[in-house]
Amino acid sequence: MSSIAASDEQASTKAAAKATRAKVIQPAWVRALHWTNAFAMVLMIMSGWQIYNASPLFGFTFSSSITLGGWLGGGLLWHFAAMWLLMVNGLIYLALGLATGRFRKKLLPITREGVLADTKAALTGKLSHEDLTKYNYVQKLLYAGIIVVGIVIVLSGLAIWKPVQLQYLTAMFGGYEAARYVHFFCMAAIVAFMVVHVVLALLVPKSLRAMIVGR
Amino acid sequence: MGRLRNLLIPGVDKSLLLKDAVKTMPDLTRRRFISGGASLGALTLLTGCDVTDSFSAEEMLKQVSKFNDGVQAWMFNPDAMAPTFPESAITKPFPFNAYYSLDEAPEIEAKDWKLEVRGLVENKKSWTLEELYKLPQVKQVTRHICVEGWSAIGSWTGTPLRDFLKIVGADTRAKYVWFQCADKDGYNSPLDMRSALHAQTQMTFKFGDEILPRAYGFPMKIRVPTKLGFKNPKYVLSMEVTNDYKGGFWEDQGYNSFSGS
Repeated sequence: MSSIAASDEQASTKAAAKATRAKVIQPAWVRALHWTNAFAMVLMIMSGWQIYNASPLFGFTFSSSITLGGWLGGGLLWHFAAMWLLMVNGLIYLALGLATGRFRKKLLPITREGVLADTKAALTGKLSHEDLTKYNYVQKLLYAGIIVVGIVIVLSGLAIWKPVQLQYLTAMFGGYEAARYVHFFCMAAIVAFMVVHVVLALLVPKSLRAMIVGR
Repeated sequence: MGRLRNLLIPGVDKSLLLKDAVKTMPDLTRRRFISGGASLGALTLLTGCDVTDSFSAEEMLKQVSKFNDGVQAWMFNPDAMAPTFPESAITKPFPFNAYYSLDEAPEIEAKDWKLEVRGLVENKKSWTLEELYKLPQVKQVTRHICVEGWSAIGSWTGTPLRDFLKIVGADTRAKYVWFQCADKDGYNSPLDMRSALHAQTQMTFKFGDEILPRAYGFPMKIRVPTKLGFKNPKYVLSMEVTNDYKGGFWEDQGYNSFSGS
C-alpha cells in the first residue's frame, strides 16, 4: 500500500520534473554564454571604434562618448583583453552548440520558402511568438548568420593582428588592407543585428525573460 | 571621491580647476592621466562600479598586455618571413609619420654621427656611417604596418642586424637589443632578441635605393617587418644588448611591448 503510494508520488514528481524541464526555453549554459558574449561584444565594439578613429577607413569617426579606452593605446589594451573573453566564450558556445545538437535542432533546416513566408508574416504582423522553444525561419536565418559573422570577425581580426605569423589567413581575406574592411563590415553587421535583436526582445518581453531566467 | 569633493572650494568650477591642475603636470604624465581618466569614465558608465575599482581595471589591462607579450613570443616563428612585394607595389609617396612634424625631425650631420654600441658585446667601439656603409647590404620590399591601422609598402636597404650583432660579438642569449634615438623628447624602444635575429630585421641605410632621407630616419633606422611601425626606430644613436627591460617611448604609455605582426 505504502509502496504503491510512494511509487505514485515518485511518478508524479517525475512527470512534474519533466514538465518543468520541457518548459525550459533557454538552458543555463546558453544563457551564461549569451550574456558573457554580449558583454565581450560591447567591449570589443566600443574599443574597436576607438582603434578605428586612429586611422578611419571612411570619412567619419566615432564620437568619443561611445568609444572605450580614451586614446588609441587604451582602446588597444581593451580590445586585446576582451578578445580573450570573446574567443574563449565563443569557442565553448560553438563546441556545445555542435555537441548537444542545439544548432541542428534549433537552427536547421533553413529553407527559402520558410524564410520568405515568415518574413511576409512578420511584416504583416502575423508572425506568432507563442512557442518560444521553436525559432521561426527569420530567426533561424539571422541566428545562424550572426554565428557565421562572429567567426569571420574573429578570423579577420586575427588576420589584421598577425599578418606575418598568420599570413595565409591574411591572404585568404585578400591581404592586410582588405582584412581591415572585412573586419569593419562584420562589426557593422553585428551592430545592425544587435539593434534589431534588442528591439525585438523588448517587443516580445517573454523572450527576454527566457534568456534571463530560462523559461 | 567624496572626500575629494569636500576639498573643492565652493563656487570654483571643478572642471576648470582640473584643467589647470592637469596643465601643471609634465607632458607625459598628462597624456597618461587623460587616457586613464577617459577609459575609467567609460568603464564606470558600463559597469556602474566606482572609480577606485576602475584603477584595478587599468592594472588588469596591463597584466593582460604582458600575457599577450608571452602569447606573441610563443606565436613568433623565426623562419616565417614577412611577405615581400614587387617594386611596383611601393606606396608613393611613402608617409612621414611621427609624434612631431617633419620640421621637428632630427637633423643629423653624417660626419658628426657615430653609432654607439653598448652592453653585452665584445667590441664596444662606435661606428661611423662610412664604416657601416662598407658592410654587406640587402634590400627588402615589405609592408610597414602602423599601430594606428594604416599600412604602406616601402623599399628598405641595409645590413641584417643579426650580421652586425655577430660582428660586434653580441651575447645573443641576452633578452633585448635596446635602441636610443635622436627624436625630440628622446625616443627609445626595446626589441626582443629573437626578433632582432630575424633574417629580415635590418639596419637600414637606404629607402627606395637612395640614402635614407631625413623624413625616414637618416642616418639609420631599424627595419623590423615582423613588428608594428613604432617598433622600427629611426634616427638611431645607440644600441645596447641587455637582459633588462628598459621600456620604450610608446611602450611606457601603454602600447603592447611585443607588438609583433
